Formats: sequence, C-alpha cells, structure tokens
Amino acid sequence: MSDLDSAADFGLAWLDASGEHADIVLSTRIRLARNLQGHAFGSRARVNDRAAVLDRMAAARRKVPHLAGSELHELESLSARDRKVLMERRLVSRDLLGESSGPAQGSAVVLSHERPISVMVNEEDHLRLQSLASGLSLRSAWTAVDALDEELGQELPYAFHHEFGYLTSCPTNVGTGLRASVLLHLPALVLTKEIGKVLQGLSQMGLTFRGLYGEGSEVVGNFFQLSNQTTLGKSEEDLIDHLDRMVRQVIRYETKARQILMRDAAGVTEDKIWRAYGLLRYARSLSFEELMNLLSGVRLGVGLKLLPGLRVYPLNKVMIFTQPAHLEEAAGRELSSRESDAHRAAYVREILSTEGRVRPDSDPDDAPTEPSG
Amino acid sequence: MTCENCGADKPVIQLTQIVDDEMRTLHLCEKCAAEQGVEGNPVPENFPLANFLAQMGATPKKEGASEKSAGGGDRACPFCGLTLKQFRDSGRLGCPECWSTFEPHLRGLLRRIHGSHQHVGKVYLTPNPTDSQLERQIGALRRKLERAVELEEFEQAAELRDRIHELEHSESAGSGHE
Repeated sequence: MSDLDSAADFGLAWLDASGEHADIVLSTRIRLARNLQGHAFGSRARVNDRAAVLDRMAAARRKVPHLAGSELHELESLSARDRKVLMERRLVSRDLLGESSGPAQGSAVVLSHERPISVMVNEEDHLRLQSLASGLSLRSAWTAVDALDEELGQELPYAFHHEFGYLTSCPTNVGTGLRASVLLHLPALVLTKEIGKVLQGLSQMGLTFRGLYGEGSEVVGNFFQLSNQTTLGKSEEDLIDHLDRMVRQVIRYETKARQILMRDAAGVTEDKIWRAYGLLRYARSLSFEELMNLLSGVRLGVGLKLLPGLRVYPLNKVMIFTQPAHLEEAAGRELSSRESDAHRAAYVREILSTEGRVRPDSDPDDAPTEPSG
Repeated sequence: MTCENCGADKPVIQLTQIVDDEMRTLHLCEKCAAEQGVEGNPVPENFPLANFLAQMGATPKKEGASEKSAGGGDRACPFCGLTLKQFRDSGRLGCPECWSTFEPHLRGLLRRIHGSHQHVGKVYLTPNPTDSQLERQIGALRRKLERAVELEEFEQAAELRDRIHELEHSESAGSGHE
C-alpha cells in the first residue's frame, strides 16, 4: 500500500457543489484533535511514541466500522508528488509533510473510500480526525466526524481531563479539540470594500479567518476560511451553531453586496466577469494566483447568473486540479513553473470548452436584467 | 568560555537542541557535562535530554519533589520532562501528563485564551470498563514505567512497578472469584 491510487477521489466529494449555498460556500470542514494516553506528543514525542501511536491507529482502523475499506498511508513511503497531492486536497497539513526535511517517521494518513472522512496520524496531536463536505454543511460534517470519534474512542484510550476536556498539544485546541471551518467566496464584499468591517465584526464574535490553505496563508481569489477561535467552555453543538449562524449572516451580507454591485455598477461588474471568463477561456499561460483571481470573477458571474450554462462544479474542479502537484500528476512528470502555467491554462480551456454553453457573443437581449428595486 | 552550569572558566562542551524550530545551545564544562551524563563524545541516541534540560538551573530535586508546587519556576513534567519555561517558550505541552503538572498555571492561561477553563462538551468514557480496560491501564503504566526508566526517574519507576504489580494481582484475584 505504498502507492496512492492516482484515480482515487479522496477528498473530492465536496466538489460536486451539492451542499447548501454552494455558490458562495465552497466547503465545510470539521476536525477533532485527539491524543492517546501514555504517549508524549508534538515535538516531545519520541520515535517510539510515534511508532506506538501509528501501530495503535493501524489496529483500531481495522475494527472501526466507519473506517471499513479505508487506506492507511505512511507519508515516508509515498512519493513527494503524492504527498503534495494530498496537501492540495487538504487531506494532510503542511506540518505533517514536514516541509524540506520531509515527513517524520510515523506520520501517516487514513483515507476513506466510502466516507468524506480522514485521519492524520502524528501531526501536532496524535490524531486529527477530519470531515470535509460540500457547501454549508456543518451539521452533516459534524455527524460524520463525531461518529468516527465515538468509534475510535472505544478502541483507543484518549487523553481526557475532567476539567480541561480532550487534551491537546496546544492550549488553543483543548476542550472539544474542535475546529470547524467554512470556505467562503466573498468577491462582492471585497469589491464594495465592506469586507474589512465584516471580518472585524466576526473576530469580535469569536471567529477567525484565514486564507485558502489555513493558518498563515494569504487570501487568494477572495476566498476566506472562517472558523471558531475558541474550543473550550462551549459544547461542540454550540460552537457549530454559532459558526453556522455567523456564516449565514455573512452570506446575507455578500448577497446584499452583490445586489448593490448590480444596481450601482452593473456595467463594470459585467465587464469584469466577461473579461475574466475570456482570459480563462483562451489564455495560453496562467499562474495559479492569476487563475484564482479570474476564477473568482467567473464564479461571481455564475452566482449572478450572467454566465448561463456554467455550473459551480467545474469551477471547483479547476481549483483543485490546476494546483502544481495535480498538474504534474496528470502530466505524469515534473513540470517547470513555465510548463505548469501552460498545462494549467490548457486544463482550464478544456474544462470551459466542454462544461459551459456560454455564448460570449450573446446580444443584449440575452443579458440579464438588473434586479428590480 | 564559561560553563553555564557552574560558571567555571574552562573549555566547554556545546550541546545543541532544537525545540519547535528554535535552536538552543548550552555550554558546559567537562565536569558538569559528565555529571549530567554527557561524555565528550557525541550524545548517545537515548540520552535523556529532556530531563537534563529540565534540571538545568533548577534547584536539585529533593525527595517528594514531585508534589505540586504551584507555579514552580522550572518544575518538570514527571512523564515527558517538559519544564514550565520550555512550555512558555514553545507554547506547546509535551504529553497528557503536562496538563496535570502545570494545572494551576494552565487554568489562568485557558481563561485568557478561551474565556473559560471548564470543558462542557462531550464527556469521554474510557472504553468498556471490563478486564480489558484493566489490561489497558496496566499497559499505560508499563509505558510510563519504560519512560521513567529511560529518563532515569528511578523513584517514579519503582512506584509504577508497584502499582502494576497491584493491578496485576487484582486482575488475577478478580478473575478467581468468578
């Protein structure tokens, strides 16, 4: 089991855009941090701690119904490209990959074929249980990861403290060990310059925001990852409900901002969207950042129904499959950054030529009518 | 160069450790290094660095020193050897036991981070309270024992050994009654 099946669609179920508000909310993710009794964790874990944790997880995996038919991969035994593919699908973290020094001994990931769940082994905490779902789906993501947690907890002795809850390496994760995050696309709030106020308000409500790739990553293409800041002193349900309410509020703001854009600057907005579409449709070379910014415009166009025939699903697909390791995977070889840009542009052209029935030359009669009022 | 332990002006042995991407270097004279179990040679792989560093600059450990002394400056976790100072530097705890070791200190910190120090979420129940749980418990103590020996915490190791004996006996007594 050392090779990752390149055809496997681990971590891709959310792409189908089946979840609620899927045009604004790309995905919902919930992770639980868990540690085992009797072993040091994080940087104090020794080789034998890590080996023991991995052994126990490997044994538990065979007994836990939610992980039936799952695969366990030690990162050391995967190719560098496969590891990056997993990271680009957000199934493993940068930390687990170990940056330049490569993954540490005992670092592993459990991937399920049947469910949108996965487990990182020997990251900062012994176990990081994760579920990933399409759109705004906090409830279903929670149900999935909670069920896995209950089953694993029967097989593995979690470190739990009567006062502090589930014990973690970092005090910012203790208690529930729960981090729920929702990936939002908020172009209209950015264009109307309302985003600063919104983010400020959210931080006062105990939420944090990050870029696409989590902690420390920049905001690209108007994608914002919103998550709970605290993990202790509130129940899992309360944390999730609070985030859910806040996200719905943000969706209302974004929808309002889109209406304002179309009311006050319909011409400019439409032009931006069509330009973005045109570049994506015909460009011969695209950097990932440029792609993400153009994709943001096209995605807005789909949300505003300005690009009839184009769906959210292919746009989600483009986001994942145009990342560097995915392009190399498809090409079957390493790509220089220039080659990568060319492959990226080719992939996008291919998708847009087959997926959408957009007629750029449609005359004004086809143009969308501005929202009344 | 002077020894960071005794201050003697002698040639020193340099000891480098990397914790959370942060490099620390200690300079010790040969005598102090030898007392801590370091030869002038490369550090052996199983050298209890944690314990060594934990004791650096701390008052020598007295009997019963494992009793809680709230907020004690350089108290080390009996399980993994992490000191409060190391925790403050890295922001990460080393093992589940650290949470009990630094409990009083952590309570205040948690209030500042989360606005609370009391977990109100799911309550974890240790797997099936049957004999197998006892076995698990013994297993956990054995691992603790191994670690205590590794860290040369012989007093703690002796306690753990006795505790394991006790549990093993209760196990055979329990099954004898059935």
